[in-house]
Formats: sequence, structure tokens, C-alpha cells
Amino acid sequence: MSSSTSTSSRSTEPRRDTTDSKDAPLLEVRGLHVEFHTREGVAKAVNGVDYSVRAGETLAILGESGSGKSVSAQAVMGILDSPPAKITGGEIVFKGRDLLTLGSEERRKIRGAQMAMVFQDALSSLNPVHTVGMQLGEMYRVHKGLNRKDAKAKAIEMMDRVRIPAAAQRVGDYPHQFSGGMRQRIMIAMALALEPDLIIADEPTTALDVTVQAQVMDLLAELQAEYHMGLILITHDLGVVADVADKIAVMYAGRIVETAPVHELYANPAHPYTRGLLDSIPRLDQKGQELYAIKGLPPNLLRIPPGCAFNPRCPRAQDICRTTVPPLFEVTDDEGVPAPGRASACHFWKETLHD
Amino acid sequence: MPDQGKYNESDPLSEAGSGDEEMPSAVESRTFDLGTMEGQTLIKAERLADHPETPALEDRVVARSLWQDAWRDLRRNPIFIISGLLIIFLVIMALWPTLFTSTNPLKCDLAKSQAGAESGHPFGFDNQGCDVYARTVHGARASITVGVCATAGAALTGTLLGGLAGFFGGWLDSVVSRIADVFFGIPILLGGLVFLSVIPSQSIWIVVAFIVVLGWPQLARIARGAVITAKQQDYVTAARALGAGNARLMLRHILPNAVAPIIVVATIALGTYISLEATLSFLGVGLKPPTVSWGIDISAAADTFRNAPHILLYPAGALSITVLAFIMLGDAVRDALDPKLR
Repeated sequence: MSSSTSTSSRSTEPRRDTTDSKDAPLLEVRGLHVEFHTREGVAKAVNGVDYSVRAGETLAILGESGSGKSVSAQAVMGILDSPPAKITGGEIVFKGRDLLTLGSEERRKIRGAQMAMVFQDALSSLNPVHTVGMQLGEMYRVHKGLNRKDAKAKAIEMMDRVRIPAAAQRVGDYPHQFSGGMRQRIMIAMALALEPDLIIADEPTTALDVTVQAQVMDLLAELQAEYHMGLILITHDLGVVADVADKIAVMYAGRIVETAPVHELYANPAHPYTRGLLDSIPRLDQKGQELYAIKGLPPNLLRIPPGCAFNPRCPRAQDICRTTVPPLFEVTDDEGVPAPGRASACHFWKETLHD
Repeated sequence: MPDQGKYNESDPLSEAGSGDEEMPSAVESRTFDLGTMEGQTLIKAERLADHPETPALEDRVVARSLWQDAWRDLRRNPIFIISGLLIIFLVIMALWPTLFTSTNPLKCDLAKSQAGAESGHPFGFDNQGCDVYARTVHGARASITVGVCATAGAALTGTLLGGLAGFFGGWLDSVVSRIADVFFGIPILLGGLVFLSVIPSQSIWIVVAFIVVLGWPQLARIARGAVITAKQQDYVTAARALGAGNARLMLRHILPNAVAPIIVVATIALGTYISLEATLSFLGVGLKPPTVSWGIDISAAADTFRNAPHILLYPAGALSITVLAFIMLGDAVRDALDPKLR
């Protein structure tokens, strides 16, 4: 993990002030740039991302594969493999400290204890050769220096918390002996073990079937409220987001193209890409009709189109879209009153809003 | 819970065959002792609900690690028991050969050259008229020392260097890999002829050191590959995201997942190293008489195989059994370290 101080922030967006926050945000990402140096060239995975999360708040980051949502989360966690990844600009301010200026040992101590991550596939994210109790207990042994026995007791306690039946008996079982939903609960237990201030959940329910998805999301939301943590939920599943998120950031080609409180975004998106995403949700009243899909493919990160990255796929694209990168415009209602927390990186956000 | 079916099946099995050594180890689960203790075949969840405080269950929960689990598993594996007993037997033979024979392996009577078995000399006599049984017993020490020490040395060096190279990558990987390539490039027999012929001492440790120096690159390659594979797994990223440092990642998360191929290659290498000692001895650069080793005897007996096959068969048989025992041991240990096979 490169922990060099970045002085070359190339962010062009006007910086949005978090004026609506009374307390300082728990995590604030400003102008984050991440590049991957590959044989074919430089892939710009994250190009100036700004977002913030407060304690007790849930931010959903929505986007297709390759939109940079996972990469930006990994940059926050400090688990990007570098090389090939390189953070080329921006700040990640967590509880008042810029993480990118910290040394690797300091960052390691923050990971797990103050911010933790839940991964997509719990089977591959749990070590197959250790029992789940061992892996859960490891959290306490590494960070708190507990002995084996106390760590085991804590592990059982955490397994109870995430409602694994007969936790005391199952603590000695291996990951493959659990069902998918139970494994994800164990991942959540591991992430929550040290009561961190921030949880990043990277598609926590994608590998689960639908009934279990809801249970796991409910559990996550409930524990988040209980511990008053900030939660960043990374997903491409619009259904998952609607229930639990407070606000949504939609990412496209390494940029945030729209942010909004969750209900306003669903009711009235201000970016053509968000609109396309919402229109592509299958609906019962459209039975028998062709499903809507956004035309074209996400851009190759080695060759992001000039101007707005979405312009080749956008039904509303004009000449300005092909030349000028749209900054995040503050979204206002018809009278010009700013809608709190809403922004759209579209030259024609007004028109989109009124569709 | 997908494994309840398995638990359910294994309980009656373990009850029926609790004293049966032939039972396939893979089917045995950790509920083996519970099933027999409680004398009932409930599916696990039911049992847990009925007996939440059962002391046997508490025992099962207390203090388990990868190695403890592996050991529980190994104790019940007939392959491990057979190979373990064989190896203990061979080691005792290597340490105290006089327990097995009072005949001096260096006392030879040319008059009995190539003679067959007779009373007190069950394996007959070799070309020089030495007692083959005594030589086979006394040869265990040199052969097993060379095999075990060279394997241990090569495996430790190779795992350490290859593992570090695989984990850190970059320039360290390049340097270690190129050095390994250099040693790989040395033909082992040519290297033996050159190096060992200039070293006046014919101590067994010189041969061991030579085999380690030329043998570690093979294990380093295996270790490097296994570590790179394990390093890319999600659980390593996950452990890192939860605050594990490099040392912990390497020792607790990567090594146990990378050790299986190393064990397999190392146990096969052990056999190769014992035969390599024989080859070097045959070329006159390895161990030399009066040291007694299976390698020396096998190479000496090769010429007279058609006239007196027993001179070759006994030391070669001992060598084969030794190699087989170690390969079986390696196989059992590898299986025990994989929880999915339990």
C-alpha cells in the first residue's frame, strides 16, 4: 500500500461542501484518483471521487462492474495491491486524519479496529483451513491481545450476535460446513467484532439467494443502527439499496455522476445514467414487453471518452457532452431552491429531472 | 446447513466400525467420538438442541487449531498409522542397528561370496562375502540420514526463499528466482562429480549439504507458486482488510494453504535423494566404504544381479519401503491439513 502524500490532486470538480452536516463526517473522500498501470497503458479506475459518510449513516455506492466502486472502497481500506494500483491524488479523511499520509503500520491498526470490510463471497473470503471461531477470535487476538480462550468466548458471543444458531457448538466448524447465508453472517461478525466506526460492505448479498439476501441486509442494517456505525454499501442491486440506504452515490467510469437521498433518486433521477438504471429494473406491469437496457457497453478505462464519459450511450447527448466534462452540479427544484444532498454530473440535469 | 447429511451418515458408520482400522478416514467426522459416547444418531442440530450442555461437546469446542485438528484426523488414519510405525521402525534401526543384528557388517569372508541364506545369515552374503542382513540393517543410518536431512534442509530453504519471493514479489522474487535458475541449471551428477571430488572429506554431511544446495530450487519453485496462488485468494485480502500484518498473513493464512504441494514434492524428493546418494556413491564421489549405505550396496550389487539377485533385492527393498513409508506419511499429512477432506 502506497502511503505517499499526494500533492497532485487533479480534481476538476468544484468541491461540494457538506453544509448539511452539523457534526464532521466520519469519512470524507475528496478528489480520489486511482490508476492501474497495465501493459496496455494506464487504466483510470477512479477519477476524482468525492463522498462522505457520517456515523450512523448508510451511503450506497451504485454502479456497474468496472465503474470504480470497489476500487475506491479498497483505496479507503488501504488494501489495493500496489503495484499495479496507484493512488495518484486526493484525500481520504477518516476521523480527522488523512489516511493517505499515514504509515502502513498505522493504517494496519485502523483496519479491522476502526474500519472493516464485508466481502462479496464469504466462502472465498474465509480461510478454508481455519475454523470460523479461530478466524473470529483472531480479530481479538491481533488487535486486543486476548488469549486463545477469551478470544474464543468473544467469538461465540459475536456469532450469537449475528444469530448463528448453536454458536457455542458451531464455533469449531470450518467455513465450508456453513451455508452461504451463515458464512456471510460470520463475515459480518468478523467485520463488527471490534465495533468499528465504519463498515464497507462490498456487494455483501450478491452471492446469496434472494430470501437470504433480505435477512443478511436486515441484520447488517440492524447492527449498524445498534453500533451507530457509518456504512458504505457497494452494490449494483437497486433493490437492495432502496431499503437500507440513506443516500446514494451513482458511479460511472470512475466518477460519481449523481448523489441524492435514496427516495428522491428513485422518484426523480437527475442523471440519464441513473434513469437508465432505474428503467432497466424488470417490472410486473411491463410483463411481455422487452426489458429496457442501457445501450452500449461501459467504457474501457484505458480509453475513457472525452467529455462526459457516458456520452456514447446517452440518449440526451449533445455536442457539449463530447467536449466538456460536466462537474457535479447542485440540483435545485423549479424555484431554484437547492435540494439538500442532491448533485448531478450532467449538463442537462434539469431536463433529465423533468422527464 | 449442507453438511448435516454427512454428519448423519457418519454416526452410524462410526458406531458400527469404531474398532475397525479399515474404515475410510475421509468419512470419519469429528462427531465420531460423540456418536459413540452418546450412543445416538441424531442429526447435529437436534443433538445440539437436546444437549446444549453436554460435556463431550464442550471438549470438542475447547482449544482447536489447524494442527490439533490435523492430529485428531491423523490418529485415525490407517495409512498414517502404518507409515508412522514403519518410519519409527526404520529410525530405531538407524539409531540402534545392533538391536537387530550382532553381526559386524564389515566382517566379510570371501569364501562365502554371493552365497545364499543360511542359519544366522537370513539374507545371504554379498560379493565380498559380507552378511547382507547386517549390511541392510546398518545401511539404514546413512540412507535415512541423507534422505531425511537433505529433504528437511531443501524443504526449509526452498519454502523460506520461495515463499518470501512469492509473497513479496518484485525484485526479491526476481533475485531468488534467478538464483534458483542458476542452481537448476547445474546437472546434478556433473555437479556432484565436480564439487564432491574437490572436497577431501567424505563425511555424510557433505553429501547432505550438496543435495540441499542443488535440491532447494525445486522446492522453492513449488513453494513460490503455491504462495502466489494462496496470496491471491480473497481470504488473504479479507484478513488484510481486518488488520492482519504481513507476518500473520504469511504464517497463518498463506502457509497452511500452500503447504500441501510442498509436502507432496518433498516426500517424493526424499526418495529421490536417497537414490541420489546411491548414484553419487556409485560414481565414487558420495559416501565411501567403510561407510555402510544402501546406495553403496545397491550400486555394488548391480553387476552381479543375474548371478545373485538377493544381494540387490534386500537393500533395494529396504530403500523402497523407506521411500514408500515417507510418501504415505506425506500423503496422509497433506490430507489431514485439508479440512474439506475430513
